[in-house]
Amino acid sequence: MSPSPSTTAHSLPPAGAWTRKDLVGIENLSPQEITLLLDTAAAFKEVGTREIKKVPALRGKTLVNFFVEASTRTRTSFELAAFRLSADVVNISASGSSLSKGETLKDTAKNLEALHADMIVLRHSSAGASQFLAERLQSSIINAGDGAHEHPTQALLDTFTIREKLGRIQGLHVAIVGDILFSRVARSNIHALLKLGARVTLVGPSTLVPRTFEKLGVTVTHDLQSVLAEADVFNLLRIQHERQRKEYFPSLGEYTALFGLTKARAEQLKPSALIMHPGPINRGVEIDSDIADSSRSVILDQVTNGLAVRMAVLYLCSTAAHHKHPSPSQP
Amino acid sequence: MPHRQPPPEGAVLLLDTPAIERALRRIAHEILEANPLVSRLALVGIPSRGVELARKLAAYIAQFEGCAPATGVIDVSMHRDDLHSRRRLVQIQPSNLPPHLEDKTIVLVDDVLFSGRTCRAAMDALSSFGRPARIQYAVLVDRGHRELPIRADFVGKNLPTQSNERIYVRLAAIDSIDDSVWIDRPTTPSA
Repeated sequence: MSPSPSTTAHSLPPAGAWTRKDLVGIENLSPQEITLLLDTAAAFKEVGTREIKKVPALRGKTLVNFFVEASTRTRTSFELAAFRLSADVVNISASGSSLSKGETLKDTAKNLEALHADMIVLRHSSAGASQFLAERLQSSIINAGDGAHEHPTQALLDTFTIREKLGRIQGLHVAIVGDILFSRVARSNIHALLKLGARVTLVGPSTLVPRTFEKLGVTVTHDLQSVLAEADVFNLLRIQHERQRKEYFPSLGEYTALFGLTKARAEQLKPSALIMHPGPINRGVEIDSDIADSSRSVILDQVTNGLAVRMAVLYLCSTAAHHKHPSPSQP
Repeated sequence: MPHRQPPPEGAVLLLDTPAIERALRRIAHEILEANPLVSRLALVGIPSRGVELARKLAAYIAQFEGCAPATGVIDVSMHRDDLHSRRRLVQIQPSNLPPHLEDKTIVLVDDVLFSGRTCRAAMDALSSFGRPARIQYAVLVDRGHRELPIRADFVGKNLPTQSNERIYVRLAAIDSIDDSVWIDRPTTPSA
């Protein structure tokens, strides 16, 4: 079934079609593409409930987890996703690679491609690193976080979880709380939520949530109380206190007093409100320990859904890449 | 997620709604004849139109026997061997199978049987859920051109075709037109 030729008026792909070999960010995706990713993830989530949790969709494909910046959970999630699709996986970290001997990112990646890596999952401390490789390699490039720019699969798993729990995204009010200034998770989430029709409020100290974010189309407030009874979803970002954050707020104690989701504050939420966190949690800092374990917290659902979302991303990008560069062995 | 695609202009009608209904009623009887115990029977559709056909067959069986067989959905897209050569990625529908497959005869239901590769993928997918007692195969249209040693147990209509022709099955519940089967013959280049 070929798409009807009457839809050539604008360049958006027809609904139900995926044509990208790479996933570098949410910002350049259409709402239809995001919805297709989420729907595909729903199908892949079912695979996790099977007796044999593995499908042959990417059999014979090689995926390289290329993590120049440290990560355990994202890397493990991509690795498991690839295993469930029957792909072969190689993990490379910066310390163990020639990057530590001075090889450039491009040269390392070109070497990976010369070894016939079909997909490269890249985490890098520089914004734009994924885009840079995507433009230069035939392999699919999946952004697993580039500096303070984007972390698309995290935003997809967050929106997937919201849609799964509340049935929709359109019209919901989502509060993203905390360390937003340098947060790629927040940026990707803002793009995804706005494209799907949600209202977004950013909450945090003015040093971490500057008003300039309003240009993206979100509301900024420095008063958590003002959204407690309003928002349908609270996405609490981790305070990255291991990075030099002392100049941004006086103390962790003060942060918790002003912006932490304490028991008293949790009581003021809507009964249906969801509590989310991309992990790892600082218990007692951005969220009270008991609240993190309460029934309205969907933090572990996010982890499970992350696997399904990454399977969908690998499946769609790998197949689109093949359409762009069919291997010579194909009849 | 309906496709809502009418057959292309110039396509010729092969089966109309009453003809499809008669074929499905006969298949339902044949399935019962081969599997008298409805409690051990499950009709599993291959998305997207096979799912609707399985639902229709289950309704006929319920009408004839007074009790409905289990129904389900089996996704085949993750199991296809031609995944990377297909022109377009179609929407994946999550699989949903009845419990206790070991005790059941699974009748896979699809709209058109062509190369047999979809059926192979469906059997492969089924095996990751468990080990059904038996697998049978029902199709509305068998158009020939098998590429694998696969045949259907229940066939609505055998339609010999040329490989460059296309068969379109359209169902009211999915498409915006009445139940019908069409054939599109490639136009011969005019002199």
